[in-house]
Amino acid sequence: MSGYRGKVQQLLRAASVEVGDRVRVEKAGSVYEGVLMPRTELGDPNHIVLKLASGYNLGIKLGKGAKLVKLEKGKPPRLGIPPLKIKRDPSKPDVSIVGTGGTIASRVDYRTGAVYPAFTPEEIYSAVPELANLANIRVIEACNVFSEHMTPELWVKVGKAIAKELNAGARGVVVAHGTDTMGYTAAALSFMLKDLFRPVVLVGSQRSSDRPSSDAALNLIGAVTVAGKSDIAEVCVVMHGSTEDDFCLIHRGTKVRKCHTSRRDTFQTINDIPIGMVRGGELKLFRDDYNRAKPKGRVKVDGKFESRVALLKVTPGMPSSVIEGMLKARDKGIVLEGTGLGHVPESLFEGIKFAVSKGVPVVMTSQCLWGRIDMKVYSTGRDLLQLGVIPAEDMLPETAYVKLMWVLAHAKGVEEVSKLMRTNLAGEITPRTRPDVFLKPVFSLKASD
Amino acid sequence: MELNYEKLGLRVGFEIHQELDTHKLFCNCPSALRDEEPRLEVKRRLRPTQSELGEVDRAALAEALKGKGFRYQLYPDSVCLVELDEEPPHLVNEEAVDITLEAALLLNAKPLDEVHTMRKIVIDGSNTCGFQRTLLIATGGRVEVEGKSFRVPTICLEEDAARKMGEGAELIDYRLDRLGIPLVEIATGPDFFDPYTPAKAALYIGQLLRATGKVKRGIGTIRQDVNISIAGGARQEIKGVQELALISTVIEREVQRQWALLEIRDEIKRRGAGKVVKKIIDVRGVFSKTSSEVVRSALRAGGTVLVVKLPKFAGFLGKELQPGRRFGTELADCAKLYGGVGGLFHTDELPAYGISQEEVDGLRKATGATESDAVVFIADVKEKAEAALSAVVDRANQALEGVPEETRRALPDGNTEFMRPLPGAGRMYPETDIPPIAITPLRLRQIKARLPELPEKRRARLVEKYGLGKELAERMSLSENLELFEELVRKSKANPTLIATTLEETLVSLRREGVRVEVIQKAVLEELFAGVAKGKLAKEAVSEVLREAARGVSVQTAIEKLGLAVMGGAELRKLVRKIVAGNRELIERRGRAAIAPLMGILMERVRGRADGKLVHELLERELKKRGAK
Repeated sequence: MSGYRGKVQQLLRAASVEVGDRVRVEKAGSVYEGVLMPRTELGDPNHIVLKLASGYNLGIKLGKGAKLVKLEKGKPPRLGIPPLKIKRDPSKPDVSIVGTGGTIASRVDYRTGAVYPAFTPEEIYSAVPELANLANIRVIEACNVFSEHMTPELWVKVGKAIAKELNAGARGVVVAHGTDTMGYTAAALSFMLKDLFRPVVLVGSQRSSDRPSSDAALNLIGAVTVAGKSDIAEVCVVMHGSTEDDFCLIHRGTKVRKCHTSRRDTFQTINDIPIGMVRGGELKLFRDDYNRAKPKGRVKVDGKFESRVALLKVTPGMPSSVIEGMLKARDKGIVLEGTGLGHVPESLFEGIKFAVSKGVPVVMTSQCLWGRIDMKVYSTGRDLLQLGVIPAEDMLPETAYVKLMWVLAHAKGVEEVSKLMRTNLAGEITPRTRPDVFLKPVFSLKASD
Repeated sequence: MELNYEKLGLRVGFEIHQELDTHKLFCNCPSALRDEEPRLEVKRRLRPTQSELGEVDRAALAEALKGKGFRYQLYPDSVCLVELDEEPPHLVNEEAVDITLEAALLLNAKPLDEVHTMRKIVIDGSNTCGFQRTLLIATGGRVEVEGKSFRVPTICLEEDAARKMGEGAELIDYRLDRLGIPLVEIATGPDFFDPYTPAKAALYIGQLLRATGKVKRGIGTIRQDVNISIAGGARQEIKGVQELALISTVIEREVQRQWALLEIRDEIKRRGAGKVVKKIIDVRGVFSKTSSEVVRSALRAGGTVLVVKLPKFAGFLGKELQPGRRFGTELADCAKLYGGVGGLFHTDELPAYGISQEEVDGLRKATGATESDAVVFIADVKEKAEAALSAVVDRANQALEGVPEETRRALPDGNTEFMRPLPGAGRMYPETDIPPIAITPLRLRQIKARLPELPEKRRARLVEKYGLGKELAERMSLSENLELFEELVRKSKANPTLIATTLEETLVSLRREGVRVEVIQKAVLEELFAGVAKGKLAKEAVSEVLREAARGVSVQTAIEKLGLAVMGGAELRKLVRKIVAGNRELIERRGRAAIAPLMGILMERVRGRADGKLVHELLERELKKRGAK
C-alpha cells in the first residue's frame, strides 16, 4: 500500500480500501469525499490523503471517532496517450536519445496528480511535437539513476551505448542526463570516445518537464538540432543560454560547469566561449576550431578509468593529515583545488611531499574557476612546483579530476601522467585566455532591447 | 428591465480574494506594488502539459492556441528568483496560514488536519511557472447575513498572479510585483437567488477579514469573482469585480445576456439553422476599390480579406445582449482572442465604416449568402484572419446550443467580455516542492484565543461603552485605528467621540490638505487629548495643534505659539460682556434668537481657546442678565 503503514494501514485494510478508491471519511462533524491518494514515505504516518472532486488534496488524521467508508472501487489509471504514429522520414536525420534516468518529458495524471515520464518515441513526440519535424527519434535506456548517483562504471555504460548508436548509423546522439553531474559525464565521455565522428549532445532540464514553464522542451529541441544538423563531432552540452526561453548554448564537454543551483542558464562555459548557439532550429557557431563530423567512421570506447582519485578543496590551515588519510585509503591521484593562482598553505606541504614520494601525482587547479594556474609568480607556487605538483593550466577542477582518472588508467609512470595532464586531449586546456570570458551579464537589459 | 429572478432560476455564488498584509507566500519578497519603470525584463513561453488522457485542459489549450509569449517586468530589489520561476518555492509563509486560519474560524469553517499545496494549471502567463499554487485550508463554513444563512464551502490560501500591463501582437506584458502576494480565497455556495444579496454578503465577509487587522486595504487588494447561471443557461465565472457596488449590475446584465442568447437560440432553431461550416473564402477582389481605411491598410500591409457565412444568422449579430454589447461583439471577442486581430465586420452593421452596399453585395455573392444569412469578414494577415474566423464559427455553433460556459472579465460598466472557456474540473496536481503542513490542535487553540470581535459585536460595544453615534461606531469598528482609539481613550480620559472624530475625520481631511499627518506619533496624540481632558486646550484647537505637530512642533509649544491656551473664566466673561455690549441693536431686534449670530462672532474671537459649551453658557447668562427675551 503506497506509503501507508502502521495503524492507518490496518484501518484501510479493515475497510478494504486501496489507493485509488473513492471513499468517505466522517470526522468531528465534517464529511470528506474523495479518492485515496498514496502518501509519501516521509509523511506523518497517522494521516491519509484524499483528492477531492475540486482537485484539492488534503490530509485527514485517522484517529478515534473517524469513520471510513469505501464508496467506489478505484479505476485503474489510463496511461495511454493517443499514440502519435510517425513513420520514419528518410529525408530527416536519425537521432538516438540515450536515457540515463532523468525524465526528458512527462505528463500529469490530473486524476491522481501523479507525474508519468515519457519513454517511448511516441510519448516524446506527443510531449514535444516539434521534434517530429527535426529528426527520426530512437530511444535507448543506458541506465536509470539520478545524476548524483552516477558512477565511473555508468559513464562507460553510457559511452558504449552512444558508440553503438553512432556505429549503427545514427546521425547524432542525445544523452538525457540529470544536471547535477552532467559536467563530469560530459568530460568523461570527451576523454573516452575516441575517433568520434558525429555529435554527442548532453541535455537536461532545470524545471521538471511536468510544468508548463519547463525548460526541457526548448533544451531537447536544441539538442536534437545539434545532434541532427551540426557538424560538431565532439561531446557537448546544450542547455538554456539565458533565463529567457530564447536560445540554447552549445558548450564543449570539457569546459562546461553547472554554476547555479536552480537557474535555467546554470551551465556556463568557463575560461572560453561556447562552441555556438541554437535558436528556433537554427545553428550559429561562434568558433571554427571544433572537430568536424565525417560521413564515415567508427567510434571506439576507451573506457578505462582509475576510480581512486580524490578532488580536494584546499582551505586555510588545512593539515597534511588530510592527504595522508587519502593515501591510507589507497588513492592513486589527487587533484587540488588550490587558492588563487594555485597555492596551498604551508601546513599541507608535508602531505604533498609524502604523496609525491609515493608516486601519487598531485595536480593543481584553482578554486577561482576562472583564470589560469601560474605557480611561478609567488614563492609558494615555486615551492609547490619544486615538490612536484603538476599545474593544470586553465582546466576546470572537475575536468582535471575526470582526466586524471582516465590518464592514470592509461599512462605508464608519473612522468607520462604529468605530460598527459599538461597536454590538451579533448579541448580541456586552452592555449590563450580570452579577455571576454569572465562572468557575463545574465539578463537582457531593457535599454539594449 | 424588471425580471422575475426566481422564475428565471437565477443562482449566484461568489469568491472573494483578499490580499494579506504579510510578505509573499513562497519567498521573502515584500508584498509591494511598484509604479516606476521596471529595471529588467525577461521573455518566456509556456507549453500546455500533457494530461493523462493526452488532452490538455480546455482553458490551457485556448491560451496555447493564442501562441503568445510573455514579457515579465521585474525589480531586482523586490522580486527574486522564486517569482521568476528560477528558484524552487520556499516553505509556505506561516503568518499567511495563520491569518487564513483566523478567517476560517471567523467564518465558522473547519480547518483541515493537514494542508497540501496544489498546482493549478494556468498558462495565460500570469504565473511564470504555468500554474498557481493554492492550498485548501478549511471547509464547511457558514455565515449569516440579514437573517439568512449561506454556505462557505471552501477557504483557500493562494498566491496572487502577476499584473497584466499590456498586450501586443506577439507578447503579453506582466509585472511580477504582485505575483506571489498571499490571497485568502473565500468561496460561497450557489446560495443566492437575486442580484442584490450577494453584494451585502460580500461586504460582510470583507468586514470580517478587515476585523483580523492583517489584510491589505485599498484599491485592488480585494477582488470578487461572481458565478452566475440561470435555468437553461450556463455557469459563468466573472472575474475581477473590484467594487461591491458593481456586483448587482454585473448579475443583472449577465442574466440579460443569457436570456438574450437563449432567445437567439430558439429563434434561430425556428429558422431551421444547421451547424455552421468552416468554409473560409478569400474575397480580396471584392475590395479592390474600397474606401474602408481598415481594409485598405490591411491590404497595403500584405494582408487579405477572409469571409465566412453564418447561415440564418441575419439580424442576430446586431441583437443587443447587454447595453452596448451585441452578439457581434461576442464574436469579435473570440476573433480578437484567438486570431489576435483588431476586430471584425458583419453584415448586420453594413453598409457603414466606408464599406459600400456594392461590396456587401459582393460578399453575399461570394459566399452564396441570402438575406437571412449573416456574413462576417476580417481584413488582416491571412493566418490571423483564418484563426479568427475559425473561432467565430466555433462561437456561432455554440450559439445554436445556447449559452457556453465561460470565464468572463468584468468591465467597469458592469458588462462582461469573454476571457476563455471555463476551466475543466481537474487541472490540479500536487506541488512536490513543498511538504504538507499539519494544522495542530495547539495552533488552532492559540488562534482561537486571539480571534477578533465580529464586526456587529464591535459596533454595539463602541456605542455602549464609548457612547459613539451609530455612524461613527460603524466607521470606527472597521478602522485600522480601532486599537489606537481605545488606547487613547483609556490613557487620556478625553471624550471618546472627540478622539474618534479626530482619528477618522480630522486627520483624514488634514492629509487631504497635504499635511504630513503620518509623522505624528502616538505620544503626541496622547499628550494632545490629555491636554483637552485637563482643560489645557479646547477641543476646537485640536486641528490647529495637529497641523503644527505634523511639522515636528511639540504640543506644548504649539499651544503657546498659537496662543491657544484656554482663556481663563474672567478673561472669557470679559470678552462675552464686550461682545454683548457691542451688539445691543441686534439683541434688541432679535431677543434670545441673537444667540446664534453672537456665538459665531465669539467663537471666531476665541479661536479655539475656549470650549464652545462654556462660551454658550456664559453668553446665555449674560443675555438673561440683560433681560433679552
